Amino acid sequence: MNWFRRLNKQPLWRDEFSIHTDDERYVSRRQFTKFLVLTSLGMFVGNVWILVRSWLDKAPVYPEETIADANDIPIGGARLFRYPTRNDPCILIRPDEQTYVAYSQKCTHLSCAVYYARDKNRLECPCHQGYFSVKTGEVLQGPPPRPLPRVVLERRGGNLVAVGMDTRTES
Amino acid sequence: MPEQNPPTRKQGLTAIDGALALIALLLIVQMWLLTATLESYLAGHHEVALPAAIISGVLFLTCAGLNLFVNRIDAEARDAGEGTA
Repeated sequence: MNWFRRLNKQPLWRDEFSIHTDDERYVSRRQFTKFLVLTSLGMFVGNVWILVRSWLDKAPVYPEETIADANDIPIGGARLFRYPTRNDPCILIRPDEQTYVAYSQKCTHLSCAVYYARDKNRLECPCHQGYFSVKTGEVLQGPPPRPLPRVVLERRGGNLVAVGMDTRTES
Repeated sequence: MPEQNPPTRKQGLTAIDGALALIALLLIVQMWLLTATLESYLAGHHEVALPAAIISGVLFLTCAGLNLFVNRIDAEARDAGEGTA
């Protein structure tokens, strides 16, 4: 069976602009099918684009940057800094005496700046009430689809040094 | 082997409607696949991109095949309609 064979001998314009009312139903369905198939092609192209991006992505190299003196931050306090570039706001938090954690300040929903709610011990996005865990950066509530990217910290002497970003999250 | 009669207009429309419903269903799956893949990619899971692209390609080819089916049924039904008119 030849599926590509065009059985109708009429020229295309007579197919598409038929004088018969009944044929209009066929035309609209045919056009709608074409539209859906084109949309399907668009989805496929989108998936291929993601694939190409994942092939082209290289492992980023992060600078080492001293971001604060550990003793300058009080227990339950927070400090803002920028890492790895000047356009990447981050937040450093000291939830208890021995723990320091830092996250990207951009909410994973729509990039609003999150802040540390000390009384509830969580990071909150004021735009759409997205809440994140201070310990892990995981989403506790709200529309954010992913945890906050975590800044990898090292303690060198009395200083806190940012050495990388952990953007890979369990999902 | 008896010769197969071309579909009537009503049969043709029913077949086309069925194919359309199937295409719409496949498209919904493809939309979900694209959003899920993008979500995984942004979360750093790059390994899902290849299987997702392959499955999306298969879904697209299925839709394209159904489109050919619709065109064929449509042409056959209208040919039959002209023959009886």
